[in-house]
Amino acid sequence: MIIMENVCKSYKVVKRNAGFKEACKTLFRRDYETIHALSEVSFTIADGEMVGYIGPNGAGKSSTIKILSGILKPESGTCHINGLVPWENRIRHVRDIGVVFGQRTQLWWDVPVIDSFELLKDIYSIPSEIYQSNMEDLTRLLDLREFLKTPARQLSLGQRMRCEIAASLLHSPKILFLDEPTIGLDAVSKLAVREFILRLNEIHKTTVILTTHDMQDIEALTRRILLIGKGKILMDGTLADIKSGNSSIDETVAELYRSYDV
Amino acid sequence: MNKYLSFFRLRFIMGLQYRAAALAGIVTQFIWGFMEILVFRAFYTANKAAFPMTFTAMTSYIWLQQAFLAFFMAWFMEEEIFDAIINGNIAYELCRPIGIYEMWFSRSVSNRLSRAVLRCSPILIVAVYLPRAYRLSAPKGWLEFVMFIVTMLLGLLVTVAFCMLIYILSFFTISPQGLRILFLSCSEFFSGGVIPLPFFPDRIRAVMELQPFASMQNVPLRIYSGDITGDQMIKAVLMQIFWLCVLIGVGKQICRSVEKKIAVQGG
Repeated sequence: MIIMENVCKSYKVVKRNAGFKEACKTLFRRDYETIHALSEVSFTIADGEMVGYIGPNGAGKSSTIKILSGILKPESGTCHINGLVPWENRIRHVRDIGVVFGQRTQLWWDVPVIDSFELLKDIYSIPSEIYQSNMEDLTRLLDLREFLKTPARQLSLGQRMRCEIAASLLHSPKILFLDEPTIGLDAVSKLAVREFILRLNEIHKTTVILTTHDMQDIEALTRRILLIGKGKILMDGTLADIKSGNSSIDETVAELYRSYDV
Repeated sequence: MNKYLSFFRLRFIMGLQYRAAALAGIVTQFIWGFMEILVFRAFYTANKAAFPMTFTAMTSYIWLQQAFLAFFMAWFMEEEIFDAIINGNIAYELCRPIGIYEMWFSRSVSNRLSRAVLRCSPILIVAVYLPRAYRLSAPKGWLEFVMFIVTMLLGLLVTVAFCMLIYILSFFTISPQGLRILFLSCSEFFSGGVIPLPFFPDRIRAVMELQPFASMQNVPLRIYSGDITGDQMIKAVLMQIFWLCVLIGVGKQICRSVEKKIAVQGG
């Protein structure tokens, strides 16, 4: 059960014009701008739900995911995940969650993927039988057998993302945060990943929170949608709520953003 | 415990993978060792009386220093950790159910241990069979040998505890370059890596033997050949343990406050 209440988060960003003179000026004085990434964000997600978290670029999606993972502390507001406050009980909290940050990598670059998996097995203290059975399921469903022994740096992006997703599920987490998991993937890989996440939710009742710009992902996977724009939750509903007429899903969403002026 | 052994295994595998690098490293260390011995020999023949260690103690110092270079070179740091801080992969590190300090500490120790284990044998074997004047001689006695191993491990831990401070301070400065350059120069010089500490003028040496760098390679290398004995040896070990506790204590303290304020940039 995920409960977020009135969470606020701002970042201080240094702003500077281009040019040599400006660069010198900043040696002595810096101009900061405060970006309000999140303003009074509140929502509740029940166990086993699959939620799509959408919004234009810069809306605050990744900030929310970071707060839910416990790696970022908000300025105000509360958040409880299965009774724990993520950033206060980081180690206990992260034991039960899986995270995939689409633009970052968690696999060790130079060694075969299987070695990274074995390391995760030890870090999460996964019992051998569970590790073996998870490995078999993940290898079969994500089609990893061919390249488990290849170093991560020699994998294509699609192969690597499938390994990243597998890596985040080795310890059977109850909640899975996917931050742009299909970014850069080809059609085949995308379908494989979607198929897999649906299966995961069906069999293990894993709660899935998906942040993505790929609306087909949202259509395929989620029933509930949270729309965030300029740090505020603008809509908490279903895909049916926003779909109208025959326009493509991307056009629908673009229209949606325009109507909320984000 | 398993987690930490796992890091060691992974690092060892990585080390075995990069054979050309290992070979290049070993060759470099041989050349460096020979060069240093020849330089010190020139000083020795010029003025035997002014030489503060016996020449055999000196050659053993140099060969052991080269063989176990991976333990003590403070400038050898985990690029992955710096990269993670700069590019945000730290997000994943924070999602592991293990303290950041413990994780990085064990990674650094594993990295150095696996490197040293891979590269020390060729150097040690060759150094033992060199002509008498230039060789690695046997330790002074069994006690010296045991204390050598103990203080070497302590020295490794002190070196890593020190490197941890640099990793953690990089959270504040984002780019680690400034810190690294500063500490690189200091640590090499103050730890007896450039010239062994006995060569320093007495009063300066007394002060230098109290700072943390002296607890890294200086102690084990000199215990081996009997340059530090008896009471001095006990004092040196106590200094190592003292600095280890201080460096770990300070490191963990700063790490705790960093974990609370960390801001991973970018979406």
